[in-house]
Amino acid sequence: MTGLPTGVRGSAPGTPPEGSSVPGAAAPGTGTSAARTTTTATAIRPAAEPAVGGTSAIRTSGLTKRFRSGQVAVDHLDLEVPRGAVFGFLGPNGSGKTTTIRMLLGLVRPTSGQAWLLGEPMPDAAAGVLPRVGALVEGPAFQPYLSGRANLHRLEAVDATADPRTAADRIDAALDRVGLTAAGSKKYRQYSLGMKQRLGLAAAMLRPRELLLLDEPTNGLDPQGTREVRHLIRELSAAGTTVLVSSHLLAEIEQVCTHVGIMSRGRLVLSGARSELTDSRTTRATVTTTATDAPAAARVLTGLGLSDVSVTGDRVDGLLGEVPPDRVSAALVGADVPLLGLDVRRPSLEQVFVELTGEGFDVAR
Amino acid sequence: MSHAEPVVVAPGPAPAPAGAPLDPPSPQRGATGRLVRSELRLVFGRRRNQVLLAGLAMVPLLIGLMIWLTQDTSTRGEGPGFIGRVSQNGLFLVVAALFLCLPFLLPLTVGIASGDSLAGEANAGTLRYLLVVPVARARLLAVKALGALAFVAAAVLAIAVVGLIVGAALFGVHDIALISGGSVPIGNSVLRVAGIVLYVGVSMTGLVAVGLFFSTLTEVPIGAMAATVVTAVVSAVLDTLPALASIHPYLLTHHWLDFAEFLRIAPDSHVLWTGVGVQAAWVAVFGALAWSRFTTADVSS
Repeated sequence: MTGLPTGVRGSAPGTPPEGSSVPGAAAPGTGTSAARTTTTATAIRPAAEPAVGGTSAIRTSGLTKRFRSGQVAVDHLDLEVPRGAVFGFLGPNGSGKTTTIRMLLGLVRPTSGQAWLLGEPMPDAAAGVLPRVGALVEGPAFQPYLSGRANLHRLEAVDATADPRTAADRIDAALDRVGLTAAGSKKYRQYSLGMKQRLGLAAAMLRPRELLLLDEPTNGLDPQGTREVRHLIRELSAAGTTVLVSSHLLAEIEQVCTHVGIMSRGRLVLSGARSELTDSRTTRATVTTTATDAPAAARVLTGLGLSDVSVTGDRVDGLLGEVPPDRVSAALVGADVPLLGLDVRRPSLEQVFVELTGEGFDVAR
Repeated sequence: MSHAEPVVVAPGPAPAPAGAPLDPPSPQRGATGRLVRSELRLVFGRRRNQVLLAGLAMVPLLIGLMIWLTQDTSTRGEGPGFIGRVSQNGLFLVVAALFLCLPFLLPLTVGIASGDSLAGEANAGTLRYLLVVPVARARLLAVKALGALAFVAAAVLAIAVVGLIVGAALFGVHDIALISGGSVPIGNSVLRVAGIVLYVGVSMTGLVAVGLFFSTLTEVPIGAMAATVVTAVVSAVLDTLPALASIHPYLLTHHWLDFAEFLRIAPDSHVLWTGVGVQAAWVAVFGALAWSRFTTADVSS
C-alpha cells in the first residue's frame, strides 16, 4: 500500500486534522469526573449544540435498534464524530458497533432516534450522501466468480453518480493503493482472507470520499497488513478524510485514533478525544523505596490524595487522580522517604475500558 | 435529496471542514444503461446460468433426434400432444419442446433466475455493498426483475431457436396442419409459432414476480428457488381439482397451455388476452409485495 493517495481529493494541504482542537477541550474536568461515577456516555461535547445535523461528520441522537427478537442491539446512542477525526469505534464483539454502522448507512432502520452523515439525515439523504462515503461493513463481500477488478467494475457500474470515463483509472488506482494490482484479474474466490479485506478497502476508496466507515478493517490481516491499514488510515486522514474505524482489538488501532468511542452492551460508555480519555484519571504511580520505608511512603501518597494505594514489598502503587506526578517525588523527599524509583504509567485504552465496565475487552455478550 | 445550503449561522469563524466538501454528486448520463448492462453481464456471465441455458437448448435437440431415429419404427407418431406431429413438420418441434418444458423445466428456470436475484446477493453479502454505493432499493429491485426476465426470455428463445433449427434440419418446415383441420401457408405458420413462443414467455412473468418476492424474504437463495418452483407445481395440482373449479381461472398456471389457441384457424384473442391478463395481475400483486418488502426491510446479511 505504498501508492500515492491518488484516490483522495479535497486534500487541503496544511489543514491539520481537527482532532488536535477538540470542542470542549477547555473544560476537561467536567467530563472526567462524571466518568468515574457513571458508566453512561461521557462524551465531551461542543459547548453549543450545532444546528440539526451540524458540522459533524457523524452524529446520532438517541439512536436505538431493537430487533424483533427483543434484543436491544443499540441503546440510545448519542455519537458525535467531528470532521477530520480518526474515530476509533471500539467494543467487544456483540456490543452494537456493526448495527450502529448499518444504521448510519441506511441498511437497518432505527427503532427510534436519528442519524446524520455529513450533516444530512439518514437514510432520507442516502442518494446524496453515500457517494461521498466509503464503507467496509462486517467484512468484505464480492461476487466469488468474478475477478477482483471485475467486482470493482460492477460496483462502479451501479454508482449512478460516478464518472464512467474515469472508472478504469480509479479502479487501477484503488487496486494499486491496497497492493492488489498483480492479483486484480484473479477470481475473488481464490483470494486469501487478507486479499479479500484489501479488495474491500479498495472498493471503499473507489472515488474520493469525505468519510470512510471501516468496520473491522484489520480482520484477517497479518501484522504487516495491519500496519499497512494503519498507514493507510493516517494517509487518508492527513488528506482530510474523516475516518471511523471499528475494532474489537483495541491495541490494533488505538495508535491511529484522534478520538475514541467505546461501546458496551449497545451503549456508548466512553467517548472523546483520545488524549483526554487516557489522561490523569487512571494514571498510576509506582514508587520504589526500601521495604522498611514502604509503609511511610504509602502514608505520604495517601496524604497527597492518591487513591487505591497498595504496598507490595518495596513498591508502593497508587492511582494519581488529579495529582501531578512531580508533587509525588517532592513530597516523598520532603518526608525523608528514600526514593529509589518513580514510575508513572498512563493507562492504555484497554485498561480504561476494563475500569469502566468491569469486563475484559474481548468478552462477547 | 436536500443539499445543505451554506448557512451563515452565527458570528465568529465557522469551523473549516478538514476535508473540503466534494461536489454534490449528480447522476451521470447513461447511468441506467450501465446498471442494466452490468446486471445482464452478471446473469449471463455466470457459469451455472450458461449451463442451464445449454441444458434447455438440448431438450428440442433430444426430442428431435429421438423422433427422427424412431420414425420408421412401429412407435411412429405416438406420444403426447404435439410430439406425434413433429415428424410431419419441423415447426412442431418448437411447440413440442415448449410443451414438454412447461410443467417443470421452465418453472425451474424461472425459480433459479428470480429466486436467486436478491437472495443470492444477500447470501454473498454483496447486497449491502450495492445499497451503500448507493443504489435506490426500488431501482435495484427493478434491475433484478429485468435481469430475471431477460434470462427467462433467453431460456424460452433458446428452446425455440434450437427447436426450429433441429426441426427444419431433420423434418423440414411445411405448412401447419391446424388442430381444427385445414392448414395455413408457411409464412403464417412461422408467425403462429412465434406467437406461441411469445405467449409462453409472457406466461412466465407472473412466476418471475412470485420468485422475486420470495427472493426478498430470505438470504438463502435455494429456499427462494424451491419456493418458486413449488408455487408452480401447487398451482398445477390445484388446477386439476374439480372442487376448486371456481378459482381455476385465476391460477398462475391455468392459462399456460392456451398457447394452443395459435393452432386454430382463427385464434380467439379473448382467450389469449385472458391468459396475459392473469399474468399481469400476478405480476402486479407480487411485484407490489416485493417492492413493499424490499424497500423497508432491514439488510442485516
